[in-house]
Amino acid sequence: MTRFRRAFARNRLAVIGAAVVLALVAIAVLAPVLAPWNPNRPDVKKILDAPSGRHPFGTDELGRDVLSRIVYGARVSLAVGFVSVGIATAIGIALGSTAGYLGGLVDATIMRLVDLMLVFPRFFLLLAVLAFLKPSIWTIMAVIGLTGWMPVTRLVRAEFLALKEREFVVWSQSIGASGFRVVWRHILPNAMAPVLVAMTLGIPAAILLESGLSFLGLGVQPPYATWGNILSQGRDHIEIAWWLSVYPGLFILITVLSYNLLGEGIRDALDPRLRQAVGRLVVRSR
Amino acid sequence: MLLYALRRLLLALPLLIGITFVSFAVIHLAPGDPTAIAQTDPEGRWTPELIKMMREQWDLDKPLHVQYWRWIKRLVQLDFGRSFSQDGRPVIQKIGERLPVTLLLNLIEMIIILLLAIPIGVLSATRQYSLFDKVTSVFVFTGFATPDFWLAQLFVLLFSVELGWLPISGLRHVNAEYFTWWRQQWDFLSHLVLPISVVVFGGLAGFSRYMRQSMLEVVRQDYVQSARAKGLSERVVIGKHALRNALMPVVTILGLSLPGLVGGSVIIEWIFAIPGMGQLMVQSAFERDYPVIMGNLVIVATLTLLANLAADIAYGVVDPRIRFGGRRARR
Repeated sequence: MTRFRRAFARNRLAVIGAAVVLALVAIAVLAPVLAPWNPNRPDVKKILDAPSGRHPFGTDELGRDVLSRIVYGARVSLAVGFVSVGIATAIGIALGSTAGYLGGLVDATIMRLVDLMLVFPRFFLLLAVLAFLKPSIWTIMAVIGLTGWMPVTRLVRAEFLALKEREFVVWSQSIGASGFRVVWRHILPNAMAPVLVAMTLGIPAAILLESGLSFLGLGVQPPYATWGNILSQGRDHIEIAWWLSVYPGLFILITVLSYNLLGEGIRDALDPRLRQAVGRLVVRSR
Repeated sequence: MLLYALRRLLLALPLLIGITFVSFAVIHLAPGDPTAIAQTDPEGRWTPELIKMMREQWDLDKPLHVQYWRWIKRLVQLDFGRSFSQDGRPVIQKIGERLPVTLLLNLIEMIIILLLAIPIGVLSATRQYSLFDKVTSVFVFTGFATPDFWLAQLFVLLFSVELGWLPISGLRHVNAEYFTWWRQQWDFLSHLVLPISVVVFGGLAGFSRYMRQSMLEVVRQDYVQSARAKGLSERVVIGKHALRNALMPVVTILGLSLPGLVGGSVIIEWIFAIPGMGQLMVQSAFERDYPVIMGNLVIVATLTLLANLAADIAYGVVDPRIRFGGRRARR
């Protein structure tokens, strides 16, 4: 652990990434305290005002303060990121460890299912499902999670295939430990390192998806602010209100960038050899 | 070789059936159906009888397995049904006019990306930690993190709104039919510049990173050392011996990015009002147009499956180790 901490601290970019991620979490949690205005209160006298001292990021077409809306939007983005990645990881661990440990027909079936899900472009699947559901933050979390478990499954299975032949696993099997116990107590903890990295790198991918869906109007619905739906207001008023287009995107960029730096930092500090295994995964998840 | 290809093709069959199953299930298991929109019609033109007729006409009143069976029976005859929307045109016709647009755009983008990414990747690998390498690394990280729809909006803001150099959206000027032939071509090209640059920017990050990584691994190999030891010039060592092998993993990534090639960049097409597959998908999702959504999913997934297959087989041709490894090839 100390070795990990020292290796991580030496990576300046990763430390900056971690600091920014922490700051973003703080912004999301403290949104009611930090936001200078009520994010949902319209003001007809201040429609589409350019950035000024009172409204640093300007106001939108209903006269609402954009900075406050962005601060509240952080809540949606981070919550969707955490929860949907949690869902995807839980499914991935369950299926991946089953496939890797049992092998045979079960393994073949699960891996064909993974192949099957991977031939669908993810955004198409999301659109198809969302078209029929009532858009809310819970639906978004669920559908992003349910369409993102395939890479984790592959990753966990690969770890299990390598680990289950190792001595400590064979020994615990030989003294009669149950299959569940072997998996849960002995193999899984040793397989968690790449999963942790995959989770950290999965969160920004989920945030990008969420903001894209919000942008199309299929995400969290107005009046609640998300970075994506502010950007889509920006598109409607692109010829007069540049601030609606510039600032929310900047926040998405900073968030995704810091998570990526953090994730890569954790990966390199844990084990440089993970580079390849998880590096592939990132490209896939886009 | 032929045997390998045939076996892969056979293995793809159950996946093909799986594709139709998932496409169907995704839509029919979700609550709500196309008549829901009609029911919320504010002017109340939709009487209950009318809705009932609608449901009967579209088989929505039958049990799920019957619906699936009827749909699949028509599907094997390549009949995707008719759109639920006002125009009621055959799905295949709707997709047929969209697919070429998306393919054209994506092919141009892919070619530009590869033409730029390979040299960038090779240069930053052979000059690891140089200024060039550092600059491209920063660029790669920003490229990964930039939402494409935001970049699109910034480009529109700068090049269309502020500078007025390029059109905001669409593929043709409203008066394009009155233009001379040359002016029409110029007009078409100028509409392509922004969407293509946005996609290239994003794709470039991934591919050049890959190329760099793969090149870094290859230059450490023994055969590269022995090529140097033979006294070959650095240009031949890198450009011939190393590059060839470094390109192999890139082929895999190329295979993995195929779904995007057929499916199109949904949001980019939406923003620039490009009449491609992505835009069709968004429209049909908003209109709850079952046959179009299902048709889209089936066609795109099937094309992806076939493309992956072709990539795998091509891989087997390039690298004989994979072919003889049998099981390894299937993973």
